[in-house]
Amino acid sequence: MTDPPGNGFEAADALEVTELDVAYRVRGREHRVLRNLTFRIGADESYGLVGESGCGKSTVALASVHYLPRNGRILDGDIRIVGRDLLAMNAGQLRQLRATTVAMVYQNPASALNPSLRVGAQIAEIFTNKGANAGDAREMAAAMLERVWIADHRLVLDRYPHELSGGMQQRVAIAMALSVNPRLLILDEPTTGLDATVEAEILDLIGQLRREYATSLLFISHNLAVIARMCDRVGVLYAGALVEEGPTAELFGDPRHPYSVGLMRCLPSRGRRKDHGRLDTIPGFLPPLGAEIPGCIFAPRCGLVEEKCRTDPLPLYDVGKGRSSRCHFHERAQSLPRATPDGIPAVSAVDRSKPAMLRAIALSKTYGKARQTVRALSGVSFDLWAGETLGLVGESGSGKTTLARLLLGLTAPDAGSAIELDGETLGATTEVRGRKQLKSLQIVFQNPDSALNRSHTVRRLIGRALTRLARVPPSEKAARLLELTRSVQLADRYLSVRPLQLSGGLKQRVAIARAFAGEPRIVVCDEPTSALDVSVQAAILNLLAELQARRRVSYIFISHDLGTVRYLSDRIAVLYLGRLMEIGPAERVFSGPHHPYTEALMSAVPTLDGQIGGCVRLSGEIPSAVSLPRGCVFQTRCPRKLGTICETEEPPLHRGVEAGHEIRCHIPVSELPAERGKGSERRRGTARHPVR
Amino acid sequence: MSFGRVLTKRLLLSLATLWLLSVMVFAGGQLLPGDVGRAMLGPLADARAVANLNRELGLDRPLLVQYWDWISHFVVGDMSMSYAYRSSVAPFIMNALGYSLKLGLVAFCLVVPLGIAAGVWSALHVGRAVDRIVSVLGLSATVLPEFVTGIVLIIIFGVWLQWLPITANWPEGSGPLTQIYYLLLPSIPLVLVLFGYIARMTRAGTIGVLDSDYTRTAVLKGLPWRVVLWRHVLRNALLPTITVVATQLGAMIGGLVIIEVLFHYPGIGSLIFAAARAKDFPMLQAGVLVIGAIYTFAALAADILHSLLNPRVRFGGAE
Amino acid sequence: MTVAAPDDMMADAAANAASIWRDRLRALSRSRTFVIGAAIVLFWIACALFGGMVVPYDPTAPDIMGALRPPSPEHWFGTDSLGRDVFSRVIVGSRDILMVAPLATALGTILGVMLGLVTGYFRGIVDDSLSRVIDALLALPIVIIALMALAAIGASSFTVVVVIGVVYAPIIARTVRSAVLSERELDYVAAAKLRDEGAAHILFVEILPNIASPILVEATVRLGYAIFAVATLSFLGFGIQPPSPDWGLSISQSYGMINGGYWWPVLFNAIAIASLVVGVNLVADGVQSVYES
Repeated sequence: MTDPPGNGFEAADALEVTELDVAYRVRGREHRVLRNLTFRIGADESYGLVGESGCGKSTVALASVHYLPRNGRILDGDIRIVGRDLLAMNAGQLRQLRATTVAMVYQNPASALNPSLRVGAQIAEIFTNKGANAGDAREMAAAMLERVWIADHRLVLDRYPHELSGGMQQRVAIAMALSVNPRLLILDEPTTGLDATVEAEILDLIGQLRREYATSLLFISHNLAVIARMCDRVGVLYAGALVEEGPTAELFGDPRHPYSVGLMRCLPSRGRRKDHGRLDTIPGFLPPLGAEIPGCIFAPRCGLVEEKCRTDPLPLYDVGKGRSSRCHFHERAQSLPRATPDGIPAVSAVDRSKPAMLRAIALSKTYGKARQTVRALSGVSFDLWAGETLGLVGESGSGKTTLARLLLGLTAPDAGSAIELDGETLGATTEVRGRKQLKSLQIVFQNPDSALNRSHTVRRLIGRALTRLARVPPSEKAARLLELTRSVQLADRYLSVRPLQLSGGLKQRVAIARAFAGEPRIVVCDEPTSALDVSVQAAILNLLAELQARRRVSYIFISHDLGTVRYLSDRIAVLYLGRLMEIGPAERVFSGPHHPYTEALMSAVPTLDGQIGGCVRLSGEIPSAVSLPRGCVFQTRCPRKLGTICETEEPPLHRGVEAGHEIRCHIPVSELPAERGKGSERRRGTARHPVR
Repeated sequence: MSFGRVLTKRLLLSLATLWLLSVMVFAGGQLLPGDVGRAMLGPLADARAVANLNRELGLDRPLLVQYWDWISHFVVGDMSMSYAYRSSVAPFIMNALGYSLKLGLVAFCLVVPLGIAAGVWSALHVGRAVDRIVSVLGLSATVLPEFVTGIVLIIIFGVWLQWLPITANWPEGSGPLTQIYYLLLPSIPLVLVLFGYIARMTRAGTIGVLDSDYTRTAVLKGLPWRVVLWRHVLRNALLPTITVVATQLGAMIGGLVIIEVLFHYPGIGSLIFAAARAKDFPMLQAGVLVIGAIYTFAALAADILHSLLNPRVRFGGAE
Repeated sequence: MTVAAPDDMMADAAANAASIWRDRLRALSRSRTFVIGAAIVLFWIACALFGGMVVPYDPTAPDIMGALRPPSPEHWFGTDSLGRDVFSRVIVGSRDILMVAPLATALGTILGVMLGLVTGYFRGIVDDSLSRVIDALLALPIVIIALMALAAIGASSFTVVVVIGVVYAPIIARTVRSAVLSERELDYVAAAKLRDEGAAHILFVEILPNIASPILVEATVRLGYAIFAVATLSFLGFGIQPPSPDWGLSISQSYGMINGGYWWPVLFNAIAIASLVVGVNLVADGVQSVYES
C-alpha cells in the first residue's frame, strides 16, 4: 500500500497498522475478526475509528498494544508504533514501549482501576517505575491529577477508586495514561456510559491535553458525533474491515461508502422529528463472527449491490483528498436507495383542549428509612394527552426510571402522590390495580434480555399477554398473535424461538408487541433503544412512531439521548436530581430560552458536523441523592447562579415563554436568553470531589 | 455505615447464630426417647433410684429452666455432668480440645500454603499440563472421604512400607518434633480434603483478576511482571481466599472426627463419637457446642480480617 | 412495506439453534470428565442391580473356617473375618448407598427448592430467620449434626435419609434463594406483574425454569457430598446397618485388623467407595461446567 497522496506523513507515524488479520478461537474454531486492516496515524494526528458493536474496534485497540485476550491471535500483518515493529519485540522491549510510548484508556473506568490501591499510589508507581523516588513520584502524581482538572487533587490522591464518581475515575485513568507521556494515546470508548454533561467535560479535557502533550490519538467510538468532534481523520470499520477513510469533515459531509451513507441516515439528528418522515435503516444483520464472505463484506446489506460486488476482489479505492473507499461504486454511494421509504406516517393531531388523559400529581419517592434516605423523586407533576409523546430527559440520578416505575405501579409512591387516568385514581401498586388499569399502562424496558423471560418462546411471551390482558379466547389467539407480531414487523418464523436466539432489535420488537397486546392507552418507553446500534435504533423509532399514528397511543419516552427524544416527542420534561426543571413543547424546549440546566445539557451533546451545540459546560459532579444540595438542587453546578437565593430557596415552577412551558429557576424567563453566552467562559479546574 | 457499626453488627449476628445453635443442640438432646435415669441405671434398677438420679441431674424441671441452667453455666465454663463418667464434662472437653488443636494445626499449616501456591501456580498456567494436573488431583482429593484416604495411606505407608507410625499417639514425653512426626499420617487426609478446595478457589480468583481490566491497566503501564503480580494481581486475588479458608475450618473439624476415630486419637472428635455411641448427651452437647463456637468465631475473625484488608468494605462499602 | 426482510440472516441461526437443553446434552456428551464419571456411576448402578446374579459367592454367607484368607484365584479379593468373599461383597456393596444417598439428595432438593423460592421471593421475617438457622447449621460439620441426630433417634437407613435431607435443605435453599433474588429484579417479573399474574405463576412458571440450571448443578454436587456423608456415617456405625455388604460398614468391621496385616478386607472396599465418589463428582463437575456457562 502506498500512502494516500497529499497528507505527507513522516517516517515516524505514531501508529502504522498494515494488513492486520486477527482471529479469536471460540470452541476450537478460529473466527477472523479483523480483515486485512491497514491504517496509519501520523505524529500529532487524531484518528477516529467508528463502527457499530461487533465490528472489531476494541480488537484494534488491544492488538495495537499487543494485549489480546487469551483466545485472540494475530494471524498476519504488521503493527508499528513510532516506527518500531511491535510484533517482533520481546517481553522486555514491549514493557519498555508501554512504559514510555503508548498508553490506553478504556470504557469502564471503575474496572480499569485497581480497587484495593489508593489512586495516588496507582499513578505514582508509573513514575517510580521510571526511576523516581517515592516522594517525587507522589508529587508528580498530584501534578497529573491537577492537569486533568481535578481541583482538590491532594485529597483525591488518598482516595480509593470506588470513592470517586465515574467521571472522576475516568479523569484518573486519563492522568495515568498521560503519566507515561505517550506518543500514542489509545482511547476506547472513553466516555461511553458517562452522563452527557460529564462526557462533554472529559472530551474537552482530552482535546486540550492532546495539544499540551502533542500526542497522537487513536479514538475509538460507536458515536459518530463524538468522533466528528475529536478527530482529524476517521476510518469507518464494518465487520472487521475498514470500508472508508478520510478527513473527518469531508467524510461525514460527503460519505463515499454505502455503509457510511446508511449509518448517517439512521441518526435522528439535526432536529429531525417524527412528522418529518421515517428514518432510514440498514437492512439485514452484521455477518456472524468470523464469517468468510467473498467480495465485498457489506454486499448482503447494500442497496447498490451488483453481481461483481459478490465475487470480485475489492481494492481500497483512492477517491482523492486523502480519502479512500472500499466500494466499487463509491462515486454514487450517495445515491444509495432508501431501505425504508421516507413516507410520513399520519401523525395524529393531539387535542389539548380536552382534559388530559393521564395526570401525575406531585409524584415523590423516598427510598430508605430513618437516617439514610434517598429522595429519588420529588413533587413531579405533569399531564399527558391522548396520542402524544412526552419525552423525559435527564442524567443518572434524575429519577427518570423511578418515575416510570411509579407510573406503572411497580414501586409505590410516597403518600400525597397521585396518578389519575381519565379522572380515576390509579392504585399505588400493581397488586391493587385491576386488570383494566393494568392493561392501560404498559412498558417497553431498556434491556430486552431482562424484560423477556429467556425460558419462554416468543409465542408464549406474547400469547400470555393476549390471554391475560386482552382476554382473547383460545380460538382467536393464533390469529391475534399473528396480527400483533406482523404489526411490529416480526416474521412469523420467530414465534417458536426463544429470546436468546434473537438479535437485540428483534427482541425489542417482541417486547413492543407484548406491550401492545392489551391495547394500552399509554406505553412507557424506558430507554428502549439505548442498548441498540444506530441502524437498529432507527427501525425501532420508526416502528414506535408508526404504532402511535395507527393506534393513537400515548408514549412516555425516557432517554438520555437528545436526538431520539427530539425525534419522537411532542413535549419534553427535563429532570435533574428528582426535580422537574423544565417542561414544555419539544421545539420550545430545544430552541429556548431554557433552564440553565437544559442549556448545559444541549451544549454538551456533540453533533455530526463537528460543532458542539453550545459552549456552556457544567463544572463538578452530579451530587449524590443522599445529600441533596439546599435550595435549588442545581445550584452547585449552575453557571448562572444568582447568589444566596439559589442556595436557600427552591425556585418554583413558573410559566415560561408560552402556555404549557414551565421552568424552575429564580431567573425570570425574560432574562434567561439575555445572558446566554455569558456563562460560556471556560470554567475548569473545578471538578470537585464530593467528600463523603 | 461506619466500620465500627459493621463490626458490631457482625458480632451480634455471630452471637445470635451461636444462641440458635445452642437451642438446636439442646433440642437435639430432648429427642432422646425414654428416661435418662432409666437408661443410665439399666432396666433392673429401682424406680426410686431412677427418680432420684433424674432429680439429681435436674431432669425433672421444666425444659426452659433446664436450658437456662445448662447454657448459663456453659458460657462460664461450668459444664454439666456427664452421664457416663458422673463428673463434669469440662476437663474431658478441654483435654481433648488440646489434642485436636495439635492435629488440626499441623494439617492447617500444611494445607494453606500448599493450596494457595498450587492455585496461583495453575492460574498462571491456565490450560497447560500443570493446571490440568492440579485441577484433576485437587478435585479427586477433595471429594474422597477422609476415612477412605486415611485407610489407603495407613495400608501403604504404615503396613506395606512401614515408613510412618500407624497410630497417632506418640510415646509419653515426646518432644514437639516427634509429635509432629506422629501426626503426619493422620493429617494427610485432612490436607487432601482441603487442598483441592483451596487450590480451586484460589485458582478461580486469580484467573478472574488476571483477566480484569485493572490488571490490563497495570501491564499497559509497563510495570515489571513481578510488580504486576504482587501489587495488582495477588493483592486482590487472595482476599476471597481468606473467607474460603475460614469456612473450610468446619469441613476440617468434621474430618477430625473421622480421623481421630480411625487413628484412635484422643481428640474432641473421638470424644464426641464415644459420647454419641454411649448416648452421653451432656458430653455430646458440650462437645458440639464448643465446635460450633470455634467455627463461628473463626468465621467472624476471617470476616474482620477480610474487611480490614478490603478498602471497599472498610469504608462503608461500594454503592 | 419494503422492509427488506431484515431477518434473513438470523433465520438460519434460529433454525439451527435447537433447544438449549439439547445443546447442553450434546456439550455434556463431549465433556470428558462427564463421560468418564457417568461410566463409573453406571457401572456401580449395574452392579447394584444385577451384581447379585453374577458374583461367585453369597456376599453375606459366613464361612468361619475360611476367614481372613489373602487374595487368591478362588477369592480374588480374599475373605473377611467371617470368611465372606470380599470380591462378591464389593460388587453388591453399592446397593444401599445408591438408594440412601440419592433419596437424601432428592428430599433435600425438594425441600430446599420450596424454601428457597418462598424466602427469595417474599423475603421479610421468614427469610431473615431462615438465614440465621442456616448460619447456625453451617457452623457444624454435617457428620456432627448427623451423629447427634442419629444418637438421639437411633440409626437406620431411613433416619440417615431424613437427617441428610433435612440438613441439606437449607443449604440448597440458600443457593435457590440467591438465584431467585437476582431473578426477581429482572424486568420480566415486572412485566408479569403488569399482566396481573399471581405469585404462584411468577414463582413456578416465570422464575423456576430460569433457575433450573443452578438447581441441577447444586443437586448433583450435593449428591456427591451425600455419598461422602453416607459412607462416612456407615463407617462410624451410624449409617447403613448390618448385615448389609455396604462398603463403609465393611470397612468399619475390618479396619481394626489392619495392624495385623489384614489389609484386603479394607482396601478393596475403600477403592470402591473412592471410585464411586470420584465418578459422581466428575459427573457433577461436567454438569457444572456446562450449565454454569
